[in-house]
Amino acid sequence: MSSADIYRELILDYYRNPRNFGKLDKFDIDSRDTNPLCGDEIEMQIRVGDGKKIEEIKFVGKGCAISQASASMLTELAKGKPLEWVKEVSKEDVFKLLGNPDLGPSRVKCALLGMKVLKTGVYGYLGAHYEDQDGSDPMV
Amino acid sequence: MLKTEVINVEKIREDFPILKRQVHGKRLVYLDNAATTQKPKAVIDALVDYYSRYNSNVHRSVHTLGEEATAAYEAARGKAAKFVGARAKDLAFVRGTTEATNLVRFAWGEKNVKKGDTLVTTLMEHHSNIVPWQLLAKGKGATLKFVGLQPDGTLDMGSFESLLREAPKLVAVTHCSNVLGTINDVATICAKARKAGAITVVDGAQSVPHMPVDIGAIGCDFFGFSGHKMLGPTGIGALVGRSDLLEEMEPFHGGGEMIKEVFLDHSTWNDVPHKFEAGTVNIADAIGLGAAVDYLTAIGMDKVREHEVRLIAYALQSLREVKGFRAYGPEDPEKKGGVISFNLADVHPHDLATILDEEGIAIRSGHHCAQPLMRWLDVESTSRASFHVYNSYDDVDALKAGLLKAGAIFKI
Ligand SMILES: Cc1ncc(COP(=O)(O)O)c(C=O)c1O
Repeated sequence: MSSADIYRELILDYYRNPRNFGKLDKFDIDSRDTNPLCGDEIEMQIRVGDGKKIEEIKFVGKGCAISQASASMLTELAKGKPLEWVKEVSKEDVFKLLGNPDLGPSRVKCALLGMKVLKTGVYGYLGAHYEDQDGSDPMV
Repeated sequence: MLKTEVINVEKIREDFPILKRQVHGKRLVYLDNAATTQKPKAVIDALVDYYSRYNSNVHRSVHTLGEEATAAYEAARGKAAKFVGARAKDLAFVRGTTEATNLVRFAWGEKNVKKGDTLVTTLMEHHSNIVPWQLLAKGKGATLKFVGLQPDGTLDMGSFESLLREAPKLVAVTHCSNVLGTINDVATICAKARKAGAITVVDGAQSVPHMPVDIGAIGCDFFGFSGHKMLGPTGIGALVGRSDLLEEMEPFHGGGEMIKEVFLDHSTWNDVPHKFEAGTVNIADAIGLGAAVDYLTAIGMDKVREHEVRLIAYALQSLREVKGFRAYGPEDPEKKGGVISFNLADVHPHDLATILDEEGIAIRSGHHCAQPLMRWLDVESTSRASFHVYNSYDDVDALKAGLLKAGAIFKI
């Protein structure tokens, strides 16, 4: 796969016109992380509604097209879902959103930063540990 | 623009085995030399030769191998010192520039910096010339202050002069910026700092590999550089110091080799520079650095510099034709080391690096261990192309083609 495929129209569109970009006035979850390698930065805020659902979700961030687009796409996917759903989100889901690009190991971290921020925030809220059900680190 | 060459790049390229490598099916265009340079066969051979013929510890064993290893290690010290206009006995081998700075922090700083003192560095430093002084200042209750920059990416000498009026204990400055490429007039800076009573530390990580350097002419108290950025191995570098300071300083690490006599309640220190080389030293890589010095000396550092000035001039002119290209730092190639930091419209440097990698082109993207400078530039990160002796005009053309491709993908 070539970089022309990685940086498809869709990813560039999300990079330049990120959906759900911004901050919430009222929120129950606020989670932020950075990727020290490239300085990518993502912060997500979530308002939890009835039935522990993600009623509102927004993000702000800085960084490469892959990190920003994947965070934005993830917020779209998450909106309206129950918090428990976040535990099931996998890196494969994120790759699928991006169109399954062939990313090297360091760029994979860019792609997964949004997921990490989402999981850390929601797991914290649920009082669960930031680990997959089998105890493995979902980033690896 | 004329593509004239002062050195025979084609022939030089044959000395570097790695340049035969392909990346993603393309010729390797290595433009990440400010991070680390490639190694000529002469350096690789020196390492293999040491390990296969005379591997032994130094300054300990009286057998033949020990004598040969010691002679080669000390010869390397002599070569490295001569290369930068210093005396062998004023040069301590360290791991690199970072360790050189930290050695000064501990061995000089712990004894001499007091509560309320001022330390001065600049906004264009690598983290290795900021963080050690931050730690020192914090531990001592001293204050670290920063010389500002002018819009063209040179030091603001007005800001420097006003900081000198605070009688700082130490002035730490880079000879050449790893981001902007700015070459600082360190001789003038050191003269003024010394007059104000400060000790001077010059970071030579990006100057020694790329231009003739004479530490005596600079007149600094301490000077550090890294072997791996000058065609030598990783894990070896040097700290050159003023001999009276080195004599009166405390050791850095304690252990074998750095002592003269050890008693139960005290020890006496070995002669300088061995006082600063505790434990078994990095013999192989020091010898490798000596081979790198021989290699560069044979080319001639004035020619290395002239080659890079021409490449930078050509690159700046040619890359400016790419839509969205914006370079940072001084525009005059004569005032700049072999480094071009830039951005391409709104393409993030990491995305750009990924696209270029696919063309076999290696550049650096990120904050270049200079976050305060990134904030001053008001960017999160930049891309950086940096050159050395094996880079050619063709490499610049390849970079330009890569940028055009990235521009097309990102629809700039
Ligand atoms: C200007 C400058 N100073 C210091 C360093 C640190 O050198 P090293 O990592 O070899 O200790 C570097 C290398 O990245 C540099 O570019």
